Amino acid sequence: MENWKQNPRVFWTLGIPPSVWLLAFFIIPLGFLFVMSFSDKAIVDGQVSITGYDYLTGFTNYIRAFDPLYLGIMWKSVWISALATALCLLTAYPIAFGICFAKDKWKPLLLLLVVLPFWINLLIRTYALIAVFRTQGYLNKILGWVGLGPYEMLYNNFAVVFGLVYVYMPFMVLPLYATIERLDKSYLEASLDLGGSQFQTFMRVTVPLTMPGIVSGVILVFIPCLGSFLTPDLLGGANALMIGNVIERQFKAANDWPFGAALSFLLMYATFGALALRYLFSLRSKGVDV
Amino acid sequence: MSDAIVSIRNVTKAFPGGVTAVDNVSLDIAQNEFFALLGPSGCGKTTLRRMISGLETPTSGQIVIGGEDMAFTPPNKRPTNMVFQSYAVFPHMTVEQNVGYGLKVTGVATDEIRRRVGEALDMVKLTALAARKPDQMSGGQRQRVALARALVKRPKVLLLDEPLSALDAKLRDDMRMELTRLQETVGITFIIVTHDQDEALSMASRIAVMDKGAVQQVATPAELYEHPRSRFVADFIGKVNLIDARVHRQIGRKIDCELKGVGRMELASDGLVGGQVAVAVRPEKLKIAIAEPASAIRVQGRVRDVAYYGDTSHVVIEAADGLDLSVNVQNDTRLGGSGVERGQTVWVHWAPEDSIVLTE
Amino acid sequence: MAARLKPGQGPLDYGSRLWLRLLFAAIFFVLYAPIITLVAFSFNTDKRGVVWRGFTLDNYARAWNNASLIEALTNSLVIAVIATVFATVLGALTALLMWRFRFPLKGAYEGFMALPIVIPEICMGVALLLFFVNSGMMEFFVHMPWPLNLGNIIFAHVTFCFPFVAVVVRSRLVGFNRQLEEASKDLGASEWQTFWSIIVPFMKPGLIAGALLAFTLSLDDFVITFFTSGPETVTFPVKVYSLVRRGVSPEINAASTVLIVITVVATVLAMKLQAPPRADKG
Repeated sequence: MENWKQNPRVFWTLGIPPSVWLLAFFIIPLGFLFVMSFSDKAIVDGQVSITGYDYLTGFTNYIRAFDPLYLGIMWKSVWISALATALCLLTAYPIAFGICFAKDKWKPLLLLLVVLPFWINLLIRTYALIAVFRTQGYLNKILGWVGLGPYEMLYNNFAVVFGLVYVYMPFMVLPLYATIERLDKSYLEASLDLGGSQFQTFMRVTVPLTMPGIVSGVILVFIPCLGSFLTPDLLGGANALMIGNVIERQFKAANDWPFGAALSFLLMYATFGALALRYLFSLRSKGVDV
Repeated sequence: MSDAIVSIRNVTKAFPGGVTAVDNVSLDIAQNEFFALLGPSGCGKTTLRRMISGLETPTSGQIVIGGEDMAFTPPNKRPTNMVFQSYAVFPHMTVEQNVGYGLKVTGVATDEIRRRVGEALDMVKLTALAARKPDQMSGGQRQRVALARALVKRPKVLLLDEPLSALDAKLRDDMRMELTRLQETVGITFIIVTHDQDEALSMASRIAVMDKGAVQQVATPAELYEHPRSRFVADFIGKVNLIDARVHRQIGRKIDCELKGVGRMELASDGLVGGQVAVAVRPEKLKIAIAEPASAIRVQGRVRDVAYYGDTSHVVIEAADGLDLSVNVQNDTRLGGSGVERGQTVWVHWAPEDSIVLTE
Repeated sequence: MAARLKPGQGPLDYGSRLWLRLLFAAIFFVLYAPIITLVAFSFNTDKRGVVWRGFTLDNYARAWNNASLIEALTNSLVIAVIATVFATVLGALTALLMWRFRFPLKGAYEGFMALPIVIPEICMGVALLLFFVNSGMMEFFVHMPWPLNLGNIIFAHVTFCFPFVAVVVRSRLVGFNRQLEEASKDLGASEWQTFWSIIVPFMKPGLIAGALLAFTLSLDDFVITFFTSGPETVTFPVKVYSLVRRGVSPEINAASTVLIVITVVATVLAMKLQAPPRADKG
């Protein structure tokens, strides 16, 4: 790698276009959002204005975000995401483990099968779930043949959790696969040889040694779950709101942009918190990740 | 053998791809023995080792350990323990936790774990490092951890996979002595699995030489070296001159044969008349003479190469019929060296009893 | 756990364990059954779509004749193509910059470049909405003739696509042997000639993979488009969203199937190109 001073002309040619673009269409918009989160709607002639704002008026929007109503929604977003992440881990671990121990010629195909749904449009996949779970859907039809149902399976927390697991499971498989694949299998053999049962070997050796992959996967799934909007919107209906839906409402129906901006920043801080956690784990587990 | 601790009976292991890694092997390993499985890579020794420890199951045959057929017993239920080639010391546990692992998972009481781990660490001289993590240790130290971890279980059989291969020359000698000492102290059957003849010859009391999935010969190190039963064993263990020979007739326990490039002579053997045999002679048994010697077996040739190794010199002599003979010459005087130089015509001779007639 | 092993099966041969195979089958079934049903029922004659009544292509014909659906699909494809071109160029420049130079605050710069990848989509969506409205870009582009009225969406898509392209291209560049570049210059080629004749051909698989990635990301995006599109500019996901809110129809199945085919083909191509060259082919 060369120092930029050795060839400043090339350096600027390469650097300016993407930097300017990122500044103009990402950093500055975030700045607008940041300013907006500390602003209030202007009061014109005693009326709340629709389009005018008083900028940088204070922390009122953030204080309002800690209203029990919103705290409740945030809490619910966290536990729905946490539950979805846990379920993703529970299904993804055996999948990743199984692929690692499959015959070499099957590995690429199995990986492709796991990853492929991820590339299909999120909306289409969610729509496919609706078609399966709705009251006149395929699942209720099948249950009907054995004399059960129909059940209302959509528009509740269960549907949102299922939808999130369905959508984000591949995110969990990939980091897990990468760490399990790199794990020296002689550790597992040593554990069995020393008298550990399959279960003990799994809990005391495999899990601790693949912890970096588990942490990566958990964070990679938790972040998009926490910020999800489409899945709770389509599968959750009115009574399964998550933070993303509240933000959307502030910018669309409720037209309270300053409050929406404050909520957006809180969501981003939560995201950065999760990323920082992952970074800390990666520092701590350096000795383990051999 | 009735006092065998490990008895391998007609074991065959065929892999799905059609490879037969172990082909109808039978082998008895006695209580308290320091045994070695020796062979080139791909000879089946690793598969056999994995079947003894339970990491692989045979296609057919029995593996009797301590009087019980354990061919299909899972590894965690076997009285065998292994020191892995990579050591496989758990990186997320301290030395103490590593050594105690095998006791903990089998439900040994905490007090006893502490006591036995202490003893084991003492035995391998690692007490001072008990709280260390493996990534802060050298390869040699990690191997001691692996050793203590296996010995603390008091197995009936301890398997060691290439125990010296990853160590540098100085550590090798220390570890060799250490392992011999340990084996004598703990009185456990040790089985080392290796491709390195030095490792096997210097430590084991008995060696099984394997090739192509089959056991070629089981014998003590000296017997293997001086009385190899086949060309493969003679060639694999130490250096050897192999000379093709044709048998003319059998005279009692002797054969009258024609050695290619050397001549006709009588050698002790039960070789078949008219058959092709090989005569093996170790390079250190050959002598070089400038004048024609009186020895019964002698051949004249030209020195093609002299390599100086300090204590010995390796001389290659080109005789008639394309026969090359390697001779090890002791450099027993300081300025004498091997006493020959390239291009010189010399005599090579050896005693008839130093010739090994190989029929296989 | 079985107390005994089976002949020819080691304790770590999990691949041949029945419970794991069943679990695999179950998880893949749950993963694919909804999508396969969706595709299958796009060929169904029954309008309500629950019971199979017979094979037909009518749904495709109806989707084709649904002007607003086709317009949305066209918009999506146009946006994806244009955004891909810009994102590939910007991503490649970023990758080259990171690969070639050492400069102050490089770590921080790298972090900023990764931000669009990590922050929640909805935050980026609302930030861009705010920006487009306040800067007047929304007002400006909405009244432009097609396809310029898609401008805002394209700007937004380029922004979240190009950091992904940069990651893909950079990982390709890591494998480049810098001596080739030095050899080229040693033989008298200029910086510019070296770039086009040595570096670009080497980058090509990365560029194609990155471009296909950008294309699928753009085509797939709903959340950011949802916030940055004007009332007149509807993309396919936004259109499907409004239809889905009203209910399930075989027409959506048909249109979705078309989109699935497009993305799956693009993805498989991208993976083929991204896969490291196999050792046995050298």
